[in-house]
Amino acid sequence: MGYGKFKKKSKAGAAISTASLPDIIFMLLFFFMVTTVLRETELLVEQDLPKATQLTKLERKSLVAHLYVGKPLNTQIYGKEPKVQANDVFVSLPEIVRWVAQEKDKLDEVERDQLTVSLKVDIGTKMGIIVDLQEELREANARKILYNSLKKTAALGG
Amino acid sequence: MSKRGTRSVPEISSGSMADIAFLLLIFFLVTTTIANDRGIALLLPPKIEDEPPPEVTKKDKNIFKIQANSKDELLVEDEILEDLDELKEMVRKFILNFGDPTKEAVETYNSLPPSLKRYVNEHGRQDDNSDGPDEAVVSFKADRGTSYELYIRVLDDVNAAYNEIYAERIGLSVDEFLALSKRKEEEKELYESARVGLPRAISIAEPTKVGG
Repeated sequence: MGYGKFKKKSKAGAAISTASLPDIIFMLLFFFMVTTVLRETELLVEQDLPKATQLTKLERKSLVAHLYVGKPLNTQIYGKEPKVQANDVFVSLPEIVRWVAQEKDKLDEVERDQLTVSLKVDIGTKMGIIVDLQEELREANARKILYNSLKKTAALGG
Repeated sequence: MSKRGTRSVPEISSGSMADIAFLLLIFFLVTTTIANDRGIALLLPPKIEDEPPPEVTKKDKNIFKIQANSKDELLVEDEILEDLDELKEMVRKFILNFGDPTKEAVETYNSLPPSLKRYVNEHGRQDDNSDGPDEAVVSFKADRGTSYELYIRVLDDVNAAYNEIYAERIGLSVDEFLALSKRKEEEKELYESARVGLPRAISIAEPTKVGG
């Protein structure tokens, strides 16, 4: 009867071409690769780490807290004297105790005494500020420290 | 007009897409630096209480004194040390002296491998040097004006002296010894066995405030 009226015209055009799917995926991949920023502290101090041979590796990254010491990069605002940086800001020495407490709070209760403070100190720093810093760390009972250094290649070092 | 519909759209070859992706992948692989948490570990002394620090009862010869001034000059055992490369050997001699060993130190000596025993007999047994490794303490005192670079250098050399003895004692290279993981039971045991009777006694003294 009027059946022909509803007959589909043709099957062509039903399948969507998937040829461009990889391109879309790649576009997405590139987009995220370019826009993703790994969460890293932005350095506010000069960092030229010393070289040493007897390096030990820290076993557990979650137990490590970093402190950066060195001459500020922006000397016009912060002056030329070495400063201590924790996370993204400068901290004064009396604030270290509080900072340690904060870092310890992030850990499980049983692991709090295992906190290791990794000191990333610029090679040009004098010992004065480091001694003061260590004094504060002792006060805060964060006694495990690590002087972060790079591997000295055997060819150069004696 | 009617022609337009039949015109074929030029295909862009996507064959090189994979290459571009690989190039990018390799680029990021090469440029990304994974933060390295490696360095020289140290345990600070406990919090200073009101009471004064305990009197030093150790014999003077059992303390190996290293002092640095603000001009980065070194005074080792009260003599000026010009060549830093000698320091490691001096510390090694000091630790392995066995001048007047206690019973424990004699046991430690007997547990040493032949190469280290030979070293003790050739270089050690000096009366004016340490009594034994269990008594020996390396003391390092830096000035506030000493550079961090020298501080790390000295600390590294003293650690190197200890680590070389430890490594030799259990028949490993220094790098292999340093790579021992303290989380694996067997490796930890090996590590402890290297240190038995030979404690790493490094004392960081309170710095002086006077210049050099």
